[in-house]
Amino acid sequence: MKSKTKFSNNVPSQWCPGCPNHLILKALQNGLEELELTPQEVCLVSGIGQAAKLPHYLKGNFFNGLHGRALPVATGIKLANPKLKVIVTTGDGDCYGEGGNHFLHTLRRNPDITLLVHNNSIYALTKGQASPTTPKGEKRALNPRGVEDEPLNPLALALIQGTGFVARCSALEIEHLKEVIKEAINYPGLAYVDILQPCISWLKPSLETLKKETFFLSHDPQDFEQALKIALDPAQKWGLGIIYKNPWPKPVLGEGFYQHFSLEQLTHLPPLDLTIAQNLLKAH
Amino acid sequence: MKELTISLVGSAGEGLDSIGSLFSTVLAEHKYALFSWKEYESRVRGGFNSYHLKISSQPQNYPREQSDLLLALNPEAQDKYTSLLKPSGLLIGPKENSRFQSLVLSFKDLAKKELGNSLYANAIALGFLTGILKLKLELLLEALQKKFATKSLAIINNNLEGARLGYGQALDSSLNLTLPPSGEHNYFFTTGHPATALGAARAGCHFMAAYPMTPSTGLITYLSQKQEELKVFTLQAEDEIAAINLALGASFAGVRSMTATSGGGFALMVESISLAGMTETPVVIVLAQRPGPATGLPTRTAQGDLLFAIFAGHGEFPKVVFAPSDPEELYLKTIKAFNLAYKYQLPAIILTDQFLADSNFSYWDFNWEGETPQFFRANPSEFKEYKRYQFTPSGISPRLCPGQSVHLVGADSDEHDEWGHITEELDKVAKPMLEKRLNKLKELQKEIAPPLEVDIADSKYIFISFGSTKESVLAAQKHLRTKGEKVGVIHFSELWPLPSYSFPQNALLITVENNATAQLAKLLNLGYSLNLKHSILKYNGLPLTPEEIGRKFDEIQNQI
Ligand SMILES: Cc1ncc(C[n+]2csc(CCOP(=O)(O)OP(=O)(O)O)c2C)c(N)n1
Ligand code: SF4
Ligand SMILES: [Mg+2]
Repeated sequence: MKSKTKFSNNVPSQWCPGCPNHLILKALQNGLEELELTPQEVCLVSGIGQAAKLPHYLKGNFFNGLHGRALPVATGIKLANPKLKVIVTTGDGDCYGEGGNHFLHTLRRNPDITLLVHNNSIYALTKGQASPTTPKGEKRALNPRGVEDEPLNPLALALIQGTGFVARCSALEIEHLKEVIKEAINYPGLAYVDILQPCISWLKPSLETLKKETFFLSHDPQDFEQALKIALDPAQKWGLGIIYKNPWPKPVLGEGFYQHFSLEQLTHLPPLDLTIAQNLLKAH
Repeated sequence: MKELTISLVGSAGEGLDSIGSLFSTVLAEHKYALFSWKEYESRVRGGFNSYHLKISSQPQNYPREQSDLLLALNPEAQDKYTSLLKPSGLLIGPKENSRFQSLVLSFKDLAKKELGNSLYANAIALGFLTGILKLKLELLLEALQKKFATKSLAIINNNLEGARLGYGQALDSSLNLTLPPSGEHNYFFTTGHPATALGAARAGCHFMAAYPMTPSTGLITYLSQKQEELKVFTLQAEDEIAAINLALGASFAGVRSMTATSGGGFALMVESISLAGMTETPVVIVLAQRPGPATGLPTRTAQGDLLFAIFAGHGEFPKVVFAPSDPEELYLKTIKAFNLAYKYQLPAIILTDQFLADSNFSYWDFNWEGETPQFFRANPSEFKEYKRYQFTPSGISPRLCPGQSVHLVGADSDEHDEWGHITEELDKVAKPMLEKRLNKLKELQKEIAPPLEVDIADSKYIFISFGSTKESVLAAQKHLRTKGEKVGVIHFSELWPLPSYSFPQNALLITVENNATAQLAKLLNLGYSLNLKHSILKYNGLPLTPEEIGRKFDEIQNQI
């Protein structure tokens, strides 16, 4: 994989040397280049966290917003200008914790955006507290007796809410990750990829362990029941691949409005005509 | 007689609104100006509601404390609201009352008896009102026919029959009420929300995301229902945080965007208002106030969020806060709010309240062209290298949008450099970037309109007010002048940044506010180094009337 693409920039990274976030960045840059997209067509959106810093290190448009709030911003951007390829890069804390409500409702809403979650099962930037995907029992600074809450199963959640594209990848399987990202970007509708991203500073499992545990799934990703089984099965929690891809994509958010008004984008529409405003107010 | 006031009282679900609005149509056809306001409980059925109509030859857009006619739809409501009737007033309702000139009449019983269904009580009440004021029955029948056009013939006929019946009852009663002479114009009536919505659309807004909360719900409903004409994409968000972030995303991508909410929802938006300030993403937020704290009184009115709005957001950044006084100003100031938000790239907040949201104001001349949409798009071909947060003398960086041109656009909620990338360079980048944003205030302040001044030259006393209390304050002032009191008014509709203004030195300044803690006085003391000590305050969830202002003015006069 190329280390320099047209999506490379020279902003110095704030990530720890050797962090697998660098690999996710590389897979994304190469994927975008292989899709023959230009930086101008791409808009990255993130919240706050280590993962959420990614948009700074990739040449493209970007909106790095508040902790937890990437999804509504991304949805707004896509609704305003559907020509943009909108990609959210977020963490497990950002997306499943602080932004959990937006995650839930974005699954229902189906905007045509790509959601990449760097899932390290930890709040890395704030120095290693538990996240919604931290395993039960793990001792963390704010959980001296061990985490007592059940971990979230975001993949199963996405499936039962009807998400059209659901995948699990590993930051350490970068070729595979790149291919899945490409397919996700091309998918019409919400495409969601949970990326196992070991944090080498705050988390126990070493890179080698993760590498050993993961395996590639071989089921038919169009089979919803099989997909749900995989998502719910603890024995398959290291299974990588597209878990589900609905071959009949649902209408995307905003489609009806755009079709009704024969619009291509909302930007640069003229303001309301004065006489229409007058008639409407008087008719009220 | 210069005006006639009518109070319709009943319970939720009894159709006071539809009586009020149909009767308004009849009055408009007779060239009357009309003001109506209502108060109601936060429930769908039962409880107590009242709907007040003031009929005059010329617009008098403010509430009165008492009415000339009270029409009660049920006995409990009659008991609760008789205090709203003037001693000389006329009482129509199901119960005997010897204190007033009255007629015992149960519209429901009559409807059941004559038309077989108490549902037609409202048609009878409408007929009665039309009859007692000697208005044309045909106009009411026409309005009813229009309203029920899609219903079955039986329903239409029963409504018409009910109206005739009520009309006949009024004539038979030989009770008499005199209307003021009719006016010279065909007035039109509007509440605040449509005016705000149309101001937004006129300003070029094409995106609105919101979460319902009384009293802002009417606004977002209007925008959603009128999508066809307005071409505004509307979205019901999962919460207010999502709502404002959706609007910010759309705005960043190049569409004028807004959201609307009430106090609790606004509280949830506050972090994102700061985000708008930091990322310099324009957005317009309508804050329709109701009494707090917390859930407060959901369906009542207040001006209790003034300071909260002005100081909303962590960190230091510029914003705009307007408090329009009536529908016309809501229309105009909404356009101006969009213009300023997009020119200076910051959040603009429009304060309104339940009173403005639900009251009908009369107009015949409306200042449609007082504000026009202005756009401040930068030209991409002017830049060799584009920097979203370029340092400039005014602090305003040229704004391009993603996907608009070859230039890439970045925005960041972290402190950032000119390209929008995270910075930890404190003195070289972070400090000047904060100053850049605050610098915008200098030019911005010059665009803020000074307050309206009325009769201040010779005044001994001056009322200072803001937003929706304007017409009541002006009516009180006028009345006090006729009694020989030298009273003037200074009224603010644009509140932040505070306009440059010198207060008169020799008058006693009294703020008039719909809140408990004299927030306007506090704000002006801070902003203009004043020492305001006197305020007329009302905070029971109801709007201020000229009568109350007059009484409280007397109290203040007696104290000093
Ligand atoms: C409103 C708010 N609350 C808390 C924080 C502090 N904070 C920043 S990042 C973060 C957690 C990030 O976790 P995650 O999304 O998993 O990202 P990671 O650093 O692990 O990649 C927290 C709690 C914040 N910035 N804003
Ligand atoms: S703290 Fe962990 S997740 Fe963050 S950059 Fe370092 S290794 Fe990566
Ligand atoms: Mg994390």
